[in-house]
Amino acid sequence: MQQAQTAISGRLPDIDQRDLAWYVDKLLQFLVFIGGISAIILIIGIFTFVTIEGFGFLLEGFSFKEFFLSEWWEPTDEDEPTYGILALVAGTASVTGLAMIVAIPFSLGAAVYIGEFSTGKTREALKVMVELLAAIPSVVWGFIGLSIMNPLIIKLFDVPVGLNVLNAGIILGLMAAPIMTSIAEDALKAVPDRYREAAEALGATRWQVIYKTVLPAAKNGLLGAVLLGVGRGFGETMAVLMATGHAINIPGSVFDSVRALTATIAAELGETAVGSEHYQALFTIGIFLFLITFVINLTADLIVRGIRKS
Amino acid sequence: MNMQASQATQEQQVPEMAIHTRDLSLWYGTFQALHNINLDIKAGRITSLIGPSGCGKSTFLRSVNRINERLGYVRIEGTIDVNNQNIYDEDVELVQVRKQVGMVFQRPNPLPASIRDNILYGHRLHNRDRKYSRAEEDDIVEDSLKQVLLWDKVKDILKRKATELSLEEQQKLCIARLLPVKPAVLLMDEPCSSLDPKGTAAVEELIWELRGKYSILIVTHNMAQARRASEECIFMLMGKVIEHADTAELFVTPKHKETADYIEGRYG
Repeated sequence: MQQAQTAISGRLPDIDQRDLAWYVDKLLQFLVFIGGISAIILIIGIFTFVTIEGFGFLLEGFSFKEFFLSEWWEPTDEDEPTYGILALVAGTASVTGLAMIVAIPFSLGAAVYIGEFSTGKTREALKVMVELLAAIPSVVWGFIGLSIMNPLIIKLFDVPVGLNVLNAGIILGLMAAPIMTSIAEDALKAVPDRYREAAEALGATRWQVIYKTVLPAAKNGLLGAVLLGVGRGFGETMAVLMATGHAINIPGSVFDSVRALTATIAAELGETAVGSEHYQALFTIGIFLFLITFVINLTADLIVRGIRKS
Repeated sequence: MNMQASQATQEQQVPEMAIHTRDLSLWYGTFQALHNINLDIKAGRITSLIGPSGCGKSTFLRSVNRINERLGYVRIEGTIDVNNQNIYDEDVELVQVRKQVGMVFQRPNPLPASIRDNILYGHRLHNRDRKYSRAEEDDIVEDSLKQVLLWDKVKDILKRKATELSLEEQQKLCIARLLPVKPAVLLMDEPCSSLDPKGTAAVEELIWELRGKYSILIVTHNMAQARRASEECIFMLMGKVIEHADTAELFVTPKHKETADYIEGRYG
């Protein structure tokens, strides 16, 4: 009775004591917070770095007209170096374009099969395989382009060089397909099953269900998947460097060799003097690439998120 | 051609029985959900299926348009005749079964398209032999929506997404979209269970309105609903049919003890 009285009226004992767990908790909260915002810090940091390195060129030697509209990329010309990326943009765009022509049917077909037709173990096995395929290093793909596709294209089409838009486009398409498949399959999975049931109960065949109901309902997610593939295509470096032939050229056909923006940076950066005009011009290409891939990926992400919400 | 001829003869001699099952048993994997169901469900009437959860009433309903087969591990023995045609015969096409036997689900499931496209979905699937003009399609839409008492409400918003309607309106739309292909039987799996009392009353009224024009089989948890909105009633328990009688009779003078106990609320 007496004790109960003091517990109610007096201060509780040890009310202001912090034990070790309190400090561990605070520390971990801080560490997790740093981890959480690291992506933002890195993005801003990288963009700042790339911009600073390329800034000198942007201020002095940069001419908008020359940079985007000249097809002459001749940074090592002794009399008059020119920095035109038109041919490089054409190279990247043509390879990415062909890659999408290859990847879209492959990835949508795979996604529809995995998501709508396969069941049980087949489905699980296929999903694991697709993930594994996405994890193959790009240099391996480049190697396949160089040593298998190259002689194959020369033989099949009777052309002098097998390292060209066709080669790189196919390689890049196969590289981009797995991630596109994953995203597209997620989009199909997000379509409620009652839509399928409703359509089937109305007498639709499996294909009609997919074609008339599931695909339209998933179209935003599928578009997001394609855009992510395009972003991958613009950013890919090693495989493209190895399979395109690396020749500066505006392609007239798929059998022409080209050179990509990314591959140019990778191949030349090591041989330039730090801070030179050439070095800065390469970083300006970097800024350009960064902006393009950023916009593409952001758009894709917003589209995909949009469907998740609704 | 053959199909049309047989349809014509069917229309001339309207069968007395809309659904006629003989020794129907159904298994989900190794679990037997239906045991030797023998039922004669009359054409043009509303028949309700009642019974406690898991008694097999939904399973039976879902086997009448073979939507059960989506699951893949369902096995069936016995026959279900719809308008004197066994729908489990080997030469029967699933698509034709589903044209003849429409289904309304527990949760309204309009497709994510416009009201108009929802109504025309089944029609377009089953009439691919010729192109229908816009005016013809408009007529179909108007006629179907009028039959479900929805026309006045939605006639100005036919291009709006069907998923934006209220649940009651969605469920009416789901009934309306079955009508353009002129089904013989309408199956309804607890069509009011996700609606509020007002919506329930409206849909029940609609079902009552469709009496005579279609043969309707309706599964319900709600005994009061079975009593209000059906002419005949089937009581099922543990995958078996216990009693089948006129609704008035079944609720007032049930012949079996199990039926009486269920109606009085001793279980279920």
